[in-house]
Amino acid sequence: MAVTVTTGAKIKSAGAAQSPMLGAAMFAPAALYILLLIGAPFVLALYYAFSDARIGTTELHFVGLENFRSILQSPSFRTAIKNSIIFTVVAQVIVIICSTMLSTALESRFRGRGLVRFLILLPWVAPIALGAIGWKWILDSIYSVITWVLISLHIFKPYGAPMWLGEPVLAMASVILVHCWRLIPFSTVIMLAGQTAIPKEIPEAAAIDGAGFWRTLFQIKIPMMRSIISVAVLFGTIFTFTDMTVVYILTAGGPYDSTQTLPSLAFATGIQGSDLAAGAAISVFLVPVLVVVAYLMLRVAHKTEGA
Amino acid sequence: MAVVETRDLTKVFKQGELGAVNNVSLVTREGEFLVFLGPSGSGKTTLLRMIAGLEQPTAGEILIGGQVVNHLSPRERRIAMVFQSYALYPHLTVYKNIAFPLKAQKIAKNLHKDKVEWAASLLGIGSLLQRKPRELSGGERQRVALARAIVREPSVFLLDEPLSNLDAKLRLSAREELERFHRRVGTTTIYVTHDQVEAMAMGDRIVVLNKGIVRQFGTPKEVYDEPADTFVATFLGSPPMNLVENGDLIIGFRPEHFRPAETISEAERVPFNFRVENAEYLGAEYILSGTLAGGQLDGKKVIARLLLGHSFEIGTTYQFAVPERHLKYFDRATEKKVEARALAWQ
Repeated sequence: MAVTVTTGAKIKSAGAAQSPMLGAAMFAPAALYILLLIGAPFVLALYYAFSDARIGTTELHFVGLENFRSILQSPSFRTAIKNSIIFTVVAQVIVIICSTMLSTALESRFRGRGLVRFLILLPWVAPIALGAIGWKWILDSIYSVITWVLISLHIFKPYGAPMWLGEPVLAMASVILVHCWRLIPFSTVIMLAGQTAIPKEIPEAAAIDGAGFWRTLFQIKIPMMRSIISVAVLFGTIFTFTDMTVVYILTAGGPYDSTQTLPSLAFATGIQGSDLAAGAAISVFLVPVLVVVAYLMLRVAHKTEGA
Repeated sequence: MAVVETRDLTKVFKQGELGAVNNVSLVTREGEFLVFLGPSGSGKTTLLRMIAGLEQPTAGEILIGGQVVNHLSPRERRIAMVFQSYALYPHLTVYKNIAFPLKAQKIAKNLHKDKVEWAASLLGIGSLLQRKPRELSGGERQRVALARAIVREPSVFLLDEPLSNLDAKLRLSAREELERFHRRVGTTTIYVTHDQVEAMAMGDRIVVLNKGIVRQFGTPKEVYDEPADTFVATFLGSPPMNLVENGDLIIGFRPEHFRPAETISEAERVPFNFRVENAEYLGAEYILSGTLAGGQLDGKKVIARLLLGHSFEIGTTYQFAVPERHLKYFDRATEKKVEARALAWQ
C-alpha cells in the first residue's frame, strides 16, 4: 500500500517538473502582482516625470528634462535631499547601535524575558499612523507630556520649554527619534536571529581565552554577525529613505522645510500641490539610491548562500 | 602547572531534581593526564565546565593551584579549554585565532608572532596560518584549537571530547598525537570522554562518573581489574564484564578470562558449562556468546573472548572455566564490590 502511494507521488512530481505550463502558472500570480502593483506605477511615474501632468486635466505633453531642471533649482528640493540623507544615516546609526544592545541584552536568560521581547516588538506591530499620532501628542507644543515633566522638574520655566516640533533642529531630532522607535524592534528581531545563530561555544571560548564583554562583542560577535547586520542596515535604509508617514504626521515637512524629505516633498508637490509631474520627478530621484541598496542586498544574500 | 581540586562539588540545574554533579571531590596530580569517563548525561562535561568557570557550582569548592577559584572568571583561572566543536573563530585566520588569547590577555604585541609560530610549529600547522577555519580539515581544526589553547602557556588544560568529531582512522592518530603532546608540555590536563578505549589509552588516572556521582577514581589498571561496582565493571571493557547473579552476590568475570577449562590449571579452575550460541570472528580473536548450562546458573547469558586456535560449533556445550583469582564479587543489593568468599555454584 505504502509503496503504491510513493510511486504515485513520484510520477506526479515528475510530471510537474516536466510541464513548463504548470510552472509558469504557479509563477504567474507573483509576476502579475509585481507587474501591476509595482511595475506599472513605476513606469507611469517615469512617464509623468518627463511630462507636464497636472491634477484636474487629462492633457499631457512631453517636456523632456524640464521637470528635473526646475526641481534641481528649487531650494526645497535641495533641503529635502540633505534631510533625507541626514534622516536615513542618523536613524540607521541609532537603530543599529540600539538594536545590537537590545539583542545582546535579550539573548541572556532572565525572568520575564518573553514579556520584554513582546513589549519591544510592539512598536513594529502597531500601525505606524497610530504610533505617530501618539508621538505627535507627546511632542505637541501645548499638551506635551515631556514638556510637562521637564517643567515639573524645574528644568524649564512654564512657557519657556522648547517646541519639540516647532524648531528646525528639534523637529528633525524628533522625527528621527520617532522613526528609530519604530524601526528598532524590527532590527532587534533580525539581530537576535543573528546572535542565536552564533554557536554557544564561541563566546565561551572567547571568555576562556581571556576576552571580556567588549572584546567578545566587537571582535567576535559583531564580525560573525556581519551579514545579518548588513541585512538589517539595508532593510532599514529602504524603510527610512522611502518613509514619509512619520514626517507627514509629525511635522508635514515643517517648520520651513526643515524636516522635508524626498518622499514627503514628492507627496506635497505632486498630490497636495497638484503638480504630478514635479512630484514624479522628485520620486525618481529615490531610484538610484534604492538600486544601489538593492544591489548590495542581493550581494549579501549571495555571499551568505555561498558561505 | 597546577593541581586542580574539587571539594564536594555539586551542580543542580533544576531545584528538586537530581543534581547533574553530586558531591564530587577529587585532586589531580601535578602534570597528570586525568580522564573523566562516563556515558552521556553522567555529568562529566558539567564538571569540566565548572572547573573552567563556564558554569557556577551550586555547592562545593574548586581549587586551582591551592587557591579557591569559585568566584574567578574563566580568564582569571589561567586555564585553557578545547571544545568538542573546537569553537574556532570562523571569521579569523588561523594566525589570528591562535593570537586571540594573547591579545585578550594583553600580552605585548611584539611577542605575538614568536609565540604563535612556536605553538603552530609544536602542532605542525605552520603552513596553515593564513587560512580560515572553514578551509581546514577536521584534524587540522583540532590542532588549531590545541595551538590556541597552548599559546598562552596555561596552568591547566581542559579538553572536552576533542576527538569525537574526527573519523575513526584520524581519531587514532590524533590520540597518539595528543599523548605525545602532553608528554612534551607536561601541563596538568583534564580530558572528558565517553569512550572507554580513549580513557584507558590516555589517562594516567580515570574518574568514572555516572549520574553525577564518582563511581571510581583510579589508574586504568585499577578501574579495569578492580571495578568498584557493577557500573564500572560493565562500562569499561568491550565486550563488558560478564555478571551472573548467585545468591545475594553478583559474580563478575571478564570475557577474556572465560576460557576452555583445559587452559586453566585445575587448582584455580572454577568450571562452567558453556553453550555457544553465536560466534563472531574478529581476525585476531573470537567473540563467543551463549548461555551457561546446568545448575542454578542455567540460562545466564555470558560472553567469551578467545584467541584463535580453538574451534567451536554453534549449539554445542563446552567445558569452560574462569581462574578463581579473576572472579569479582559484588553485593546484589548495592552493586558495590565486596570481598571474595566461598560460593555454592551448583
